[in-house]
Amino acid sequence: MTEQRNLLTVRDLSKSYRLGGGFFDAREGTVRAVDRVSFSVERGRTFGLVGESGSGKTTIGRMIVRVVEPDQGAILFAGAASQTIDLAALTARQMRPLRRRMQMIFQDPLSSLDPRMTVARIIGEPLRAVHGVAPGDLRDRVAEVTELVGLRREHLDRYPHAFSGGQRQRIGIARALVTGPELVVADEAVSALDVSVQAQVLNLMRDLQQKLGVTYLFIAHDLGVVRYLCDTVAVLYRGRIAEIAEKRDLYRTPRHPYTESLIAAVPPPEPEDGPAPQPREPAALDQAPDHEAPAAGCPYRARCPYRQEICAHQEPALRAIAPGHSVACHFDLQLKGI
Amino acid sequence: MSDLHAAPAAADDVSWSQWKLIRVKFGSHKLALVSIWLLGAFYLVALFAQFLAPYGTWQPSPYAYAPPTHIHFFFHGKFVGPMVYRTRIESDPETFERHFVVDASRPARIHWFVRGASYRWLGFIPSSLHLFGVEQDAQLNLMGTDILGRDCFSRDLIATQISLTVGLIGVFITFVLGCLIGGASGYYGGVVDNVVQRFVEFVTCLPTVPMWMALGAAIPASWSNLKVYFTITVILALRSWTGLSRQVRSKLLEMREEDYIVAARVAGATDWEIILRHLLPGFASYLIVNLTVEIPRMILGETTLSFFGLGLRPPTVSWGVLLQDAQNLAAISTYPWLMFPACMVVVCVLAFNFLGDGLRDAADPYKE
Repeated sequence: MTEQRNLLTVRDLSKSYRLGGGFFDAREGTVRAVDRVSFSVERGRTFGLVGESGSGKTTIGRMIVRVVEPDQGAILFAGAASQTIDLAALTARQMRPLRRRMQMIFQDPLSSLDPRMTVARIIGEPLRAVHGVAPGDLRDRVAEVTELVGLRREHLDRYPHAFSGGQRQRIGIARALVTGPELVVADEAVSALDVSVQAQVLNLMRDLQQKLGVTYLFIAHDLGVVRYLCDTVAVLYRGRIAEIAEKRDLYRTPRHPYTESLIAAVPPPEPEDGPAPQPREPAALDQAPDHEAPAAGCPYRARCPYRQEICAHQEPALRAIAPGHSVACHFDLQLKGI
Repeated sequence: MSDLHAAPAAADDVSWSQWKLIRVKFGSHKLALVSIWLLGAFYLVALFAQFLAPYGTWQPSPYAYAPPTHIHFFFHGKFVGPMVYRTRIESDPETFERHFVVDASRPARIHWFVRGASYRWLGFIPSSLHLFGVEQDAQLNLMGTDILGRDCFSRDLIATQISLTVGLIGVFITFVLGCLIGGASGYYGGVVDNVVQRFVEFVTCLPTVPMWMALGAAIPASWSNLKVYFTITVILALRSWTGLSRQVRSKLLEMREEDYIVAARVAGATDWEIILRHLLPGFASYLIVNLTVEIPRMILGETTLSFFGLGLRPPTVSWGVLLQDAQNLAAISTYPWLMFPACMVVVCVLAFNFLGDGLRDAADPYKE
């Protein structure tokens, strides 16, 4: 796989947050929200980032569009002019011309739309920020994108409060697509929607990908949704990648106990794939407090039903076990045998 | 028929802007609607007070403590329009008590647009025109007179000028201080925020009335009335900015995390564009509400200070200054019309509070 097939390559991306911070708050230490995460996103495909809340998936998405500053690591973005730019090394001013090439779709379709703006102004905002776009062109482009996402022109003069959840998310998608970006970070883009509306929005996103060739970084906590849309999936646990694989491999043969438990929690949408592998019940839940940085060993060991002596001492590294399939577990293949 | 009209209106609201939603919601708050008209009338009176008042603020007469004059429309059974009877003062030879004797044989018509005491309208346009008045030898005291025989009604009207504007100017200073200090606190966060918030807590802890009294007492007696007036507004504002600064700070902190602000940053908008396009419009309604609630506090503050003799001093008239005359029980029981400015304070403060109430409900039309 060459760099050029990959639109985005993330290397050793890390972000820590300081605990406490209050005047009289004596707590010390940091939380590693994202811990040395690396992955690549192929051009024109959909990469899924899955994890429970607090796993760092939203932080990764926001670091890539540079709304959150990364502590360390590289975000390599392959430009159309065949040169690769490290987004993490850019200043805010240098970042601005690149903004039009990467956009974001948000989870809450209402709070991500300014209630005081008309739909036309909301969708046009990324274009206006580019500067040098004539008002007539702007209006035309906004109308074009609006129809592309399945809204009508007369919706443009209305305000967000007048729309349903699904329509609002279409407005958010139109805003993300108006500059013709190569990468769209979809942060829980359908989690706040009704199930029936979720399907419509997912279909729309898939259609738009086929039409425009846009690349999605799809962030979700719901494996069922990811299964529908994504080509490659990375499972995050406490800021680290637990497993990364092509969608089919991941769902058929999960190698990490955490992936296994996630899949077991989703009812199978396609029965011909067979029932999901049932994980062993957690032996005993001596669960460590959430977000507490583990001193050593596997971060998942407190919840792992298969844990062994070694898990407490040695942290498993992410290693390739098959082409395109990596897992961070000491026992990936022998999982069932233990 | 009304249903037919209601349907398209309901379909229309999809394109209603925030301000239209606010107007519609505010319109359903009846008390606030009444209040806004009432306050409009108050400020109109303040604007044209010298013209509406039949006398000036400093026109003594021998008719000290005269009760309100009655207005009559009929003379000997015939309609003659509004008129008053002339009165004369008689002393009881035994008790030396003064009586006002109405002389029913000597009526005096009330004339419209008469020349009277000269004044400068808005401080610079000289005039002596009054809306109504009576001849020199008659008395027209709608609210009676005070100890020097000055017309209370005229003084009450002219006092609205100071009392109502002290609130506006004070609120303007509050607004500037609150936005700057609260804005810096919320925008920079961290150490700045910490220091500013501790300072705000300190200022909030100062007991209001003693602080006002100390500052009011520090105003040199030799200062001109204008100077004293501005100093009073500054004193009132020095205490009241803390509340607004906290509101601004918390609103800024809250809005900074809103997804649509993040969306604007992803879109590539600069900080300045975000402040102008998203933060300020989101703020405006809250600020207006806060300011509306702050004005009556200013009015009460001025009244309190002046009542204690620490604020404005005669010959300036404000509601507080006028109420100094009503400080003892004997005056109130014998000359109850001296209490009228207190009624005006109550009505005005209530109106502001109702208005603030209605605005608060309407300010955020997206929250049900």
